[in-house]
Order: sequence, then C-alpha cells, then structure tokens
Amino acid sequence: MSITEAQIKPEINIKDVRKYFPIFEMPENRDLIYFDNAATSQRPLQVIKTWDKFNREYNANTHRGAYRIAEKATQEYEKARDKVAGFIGAGLSNEIVFVRGATEAINFVAYGWALKHVQAGDEILLSELEHHSNLVPWQMVAQKTGAKLKFIEFDESGQLKMEQYFQLLSAKTRLVAITQMSNVLGSITDVKSIINSALQVNARVLVDGAQTAPHMPVNVSNMDADFYVFSGHKMLGPMGTGVLYAKRERFEEMDPVFFGGSMISDVDYNSSTWNDIPWKFEAGTQNIPGVIGLGAAVDFLQQIGPDSVRAHDQALTDYALEQMQLIGQLKIFGPLTNRGPVISFSLADIHPHDLATFLDSHNIAIRAGHHCAKLIMKRLHVPATARTSFYLYNNKQEIDQFVITLDKAKDYFSKWI
Amino acid sequence: MDIDELYQEIILDHYKHPRNRGTLENADVKITGKNPFCGDEIILSLKLKDNIVTDVAFEGSGCAISQASASVMTEQIKGKTLSEARELFQEFSKMVKGEINYDPEKMDELAAFKGVCEYPTRVKCALLSWNALKNALEQKKE
Repeated sequence: MSITEAQIKPEINIKDVRKYFPIFEMPENRDLIYFDNAATSQRPLQVIKTWDKFNREYNANTHRGAYRIAEKATQEYEKARDKVAGFIGAGLSNEIVFVRGATEAINFVAYGWALKHVQAGDEILLSELEHHSNLVPWQMVAQKTGAKLKFIEFDESGQLKMEQYFQLLSAKTRLVAITQMSNVLGSITDVKSIINSALQVNARVLVDGAQTAPHMPVNVSNMDADFYVFSGHKMLGPMGTGVLYAKRERFEEMDPVFFGGSMISDVDYNSSTWNDIPWKFEAGTQNIPGVIGLGAAVDFLQQIGPDSVRAHDQALTDYALEQMQLIGQLKIFGPLTNRGPVISFSLADIHPHDLATFLDSHNIAIRAGHHCAKLIMKRLHVPATARTSFYLYNNKQEIDQFVITLDKAKDYFSKWI
Repeated sequence: MDIDELYQEIILDHYKHPRNRGTLENADVKITGKNPFCGDEIILSLKLKDNIVTDVAFEGSGCAISQASASVMTEQIKGKTLSEARELFQEFSKMVKGEINYDPEKMDELAAFKGVCEYPTRVKCALLSWNALKNALEQKKE
C-alpha cells in the first residue's frame, strides 16, 4: 500500500480534520486563523500527495500513449471524472467536462452554447447576487447576440426576490444563470424552484455552484440543472481545476470552444470531425495531476460526508453570527438564516481594508473589497465590505479569537474615527 | 509586525482631520484616481501658475492609508514646482515600495508612510493620490 492510500482512512471525523492540512503544521502558520475560504480553501495532504504521486510515479499524457504509465494516467484521470460525477449526482460520467475553474466553465457555456442558441430579443435572467464570473460573460453574449439581460433583485435580508423572478420569467427567457450561494452575503438561493419555473417557459438554467459544491450536498439530477459549474480549489482540490456539468442534451447542442489535439475524431486538410462528449470539449493536454488531485479532494469530502461538512459549517456560522452581533456598531450584510458560511460585515466606520490589515497583524486572514460582486456593492451602497468565511478545519475557538480581535480593532481605530 | 508601524499617529491624524479637503473652483486640472480592487477614490484638483502648484485639494473616500496619503500629499506639494512634485512622487513611490535608494531627506511628513512597504497589498492605497497627481501632471504637459 502506498503512503497516500495508507493515510486515507475509510472515514474521517470532521472534529480532527485539521491535522490533515499541512499548511497549519508550518511553525509560522500554527496560529493562523484562515477565514478566507470563499476565495480558496486549503488542501489536505491526500490531495497534495496524489498530485505529487502522479508526477513521481506515472507522469504521462492521457488518451494517447500505448504504454503502461500512460494507461495508468488515463485511468486515474477518468476515475476522477467518475468521482466528480458521483459527488454531484450526475447520471453519467460523460456529463462532466474538466476546465480551469468555474469562470472558465461559464465562459464555455457562453461561447459554446449561448452564442449558438441565444438570439436577438431573447432574455437572459441573472441576479444581483452574481459574482462577476456569472455576469460579465453574459454581457458579452448580450452584446454579440442582441439579447437582453434582466436582473432579479435581492431583498433587505439578502435573499432573492422570488416574486420578481416569477414575473420576469417569460417566453422570451432563454437562459437563467444564477448562483446557488452568494459569495458575499452567503444567501442560498432556491435553485430547485427556480429551475421548476424555468422549465415551464422552456428556459435553460445554469447554476453557479462555486460556493455550494464545497459546502453542502449537491445533486444536479434532483435539481434538474442544465448546467452546473464549480471550481476545484475552493473544495480542497488543486488550483486550475474546475468542472462543467451539463445534461447530455445540452452538451449535444454545444459547440467546442477550443480546437486542436485530442478533441478530434478525424482530421483532413480543410475540416475535421469531433471526438465524443466529453473529450471534444477538452482540447489539448489537460491539467492531469490537477484533475486527479480533484478526485482525491472528492474522496476526502466523501469520507467526511457532505452532510457533516454542511452541519459543521452551519454550526460555526450560527455561532459567529451570534457572537458578532454582540459587538456594537457591527453590521451584518446578508441573511441570518438559510445561508452558507460566508459573512460580510462592516465595523463602526473602519474601512474594510484597514480592518483586514489589523486582523492580519493578529494572524487572522479575512477578505476586504468588493469580492468581484459589484452589483451587490451598488445595491448595498457601500464601496467594499469585510468578509469572513469558514470551512471544515475552522473551529469555535478561532471565532472567539476573531470576535475578540474585532473588538480590539474597534478600540484601536475609535480614537481616530 | 507591529501594526503601529503602519498606522502612525500622523497618518491617523490626517485621516481624521484631512487637510485641503474639497474641490477648487477654476482648477487647472481635475483628475480622478480609482482603485478598482477596493473602490477607493480620490478626486484631485490643482491650480498651477508658472509651473508651480499654487493650490491643491482632494475629495474622495477610502481607507485610512489612501485618505491620509492624499492629505499629506497636498500639504507637501503646495508651492512646489511641477518637476519638484514629480521628483517627490518618485522618491515617495520608492519608499513605499521598499526600495532603499530613495532620499529620506526629501520625505518630511511623508516618512510616516514608510511602514507601508511591509504591507504590499496596501502600497496601492498609499499611491492612489500620487498616481492621480502623476496623471494630472502628465495631462498638463500635453
């Protein structure tokens, strides 16, 4: 048995999960409180070793070489596809295409599907909660096709105005592109009901799962999404990995976006024919160790159980919300219930960047800025927010420390503000 | 790293009591500087006569570093020639980026921003108003 396999226990208890993350073992990181998980997660040893093992033991290109290590590389790469399909409840492994991240996945749908199927006069429904990655590609599609973008607003608590959605939905709606969880406010959207209604008008639905795939059980078949996208690096996997799930019919309607090696079945001087789905969408050499590493991240999450991850995140979030609200002049942006582990807030009149720097000087990593969601900032009438976000290796002691430090920050800046 | 190295009293004082805040009537140059990552914004207005900055004012919103930097800058460049102002930009910019070959003699109150070089993400905050100034002076040249 290899080192990697020996270290993967059949089940991992979320209570002592932190020890699997080498970054927290570094002497200079022992006291690091990492609360920027909505940006990227840390990686467990299993993922790092899987990546390393590929490079040390069977580095070869996939789907090409007729020799032992190339076959092993191909097998492991395709095994990762099976694991990811299982993880999100896709019926078939060939409904999974590997990409660099959620952004690339959305661009794939924009270029490969929308430019072909969206026409002048059609409407694309988005929400104000969207990350720029699920907004800017649709602006491009609208500009190129003459389609119109329409926006679903969110209410004071940060939840989507579903009534407004139902009103906006019409026979003109070609596509609804919606986040499953806001990366700023943490609001969870009711994608099931969004999709059910979209079906009535024959609109397609893309769900941005960048914040949900890492944090809660996902089942694309039950959800009935046409497209579902997420990034590997936010769910313990390597950077530069991501997933585009699409229903078989949608992939069949879609053109390749990248052309070249391995995506073809036959090539002549002036034309070529394409490989089967999903390989026709994976031109050139892919991030093979990354994808195999993503498979290891899926294994890790499965060994803990997405339900346990969700319960853990939720307990931490409830605790943090409760403790943070005890601090005077602390304002929480976003809902208090039906939410994920991302909390945006402001404290007194301290600018989020000053607050983030102060917390950093106390070894607490949070994010300050517009979080690539300028529509939310506009709606909230703030230029930026401070944002804290949790994951499975975080704990209540860290939140206590965080809350104490917020109080200190208030004292520190209060003299001047 | 001690946070007080960054948030020097001078900086926080300028943050709370910004000097030359506002906008100039009949400004010769008016320019906006924006930091797209954090939404911080500075609107700088300048009056120039015979190559001298005769008056300067700023408006805007942002973090303590960006606002204090703008405030200190206005005090430092008022009365200076355009080439002196440009030189000050060069020296200040070297200092906050942590380059060693800047001239500390020229810094005066600007020296309060020396700690910024330990916080690479905050360098752009300190330089927001200065980059606006640089663009303003370039605009004037043309």
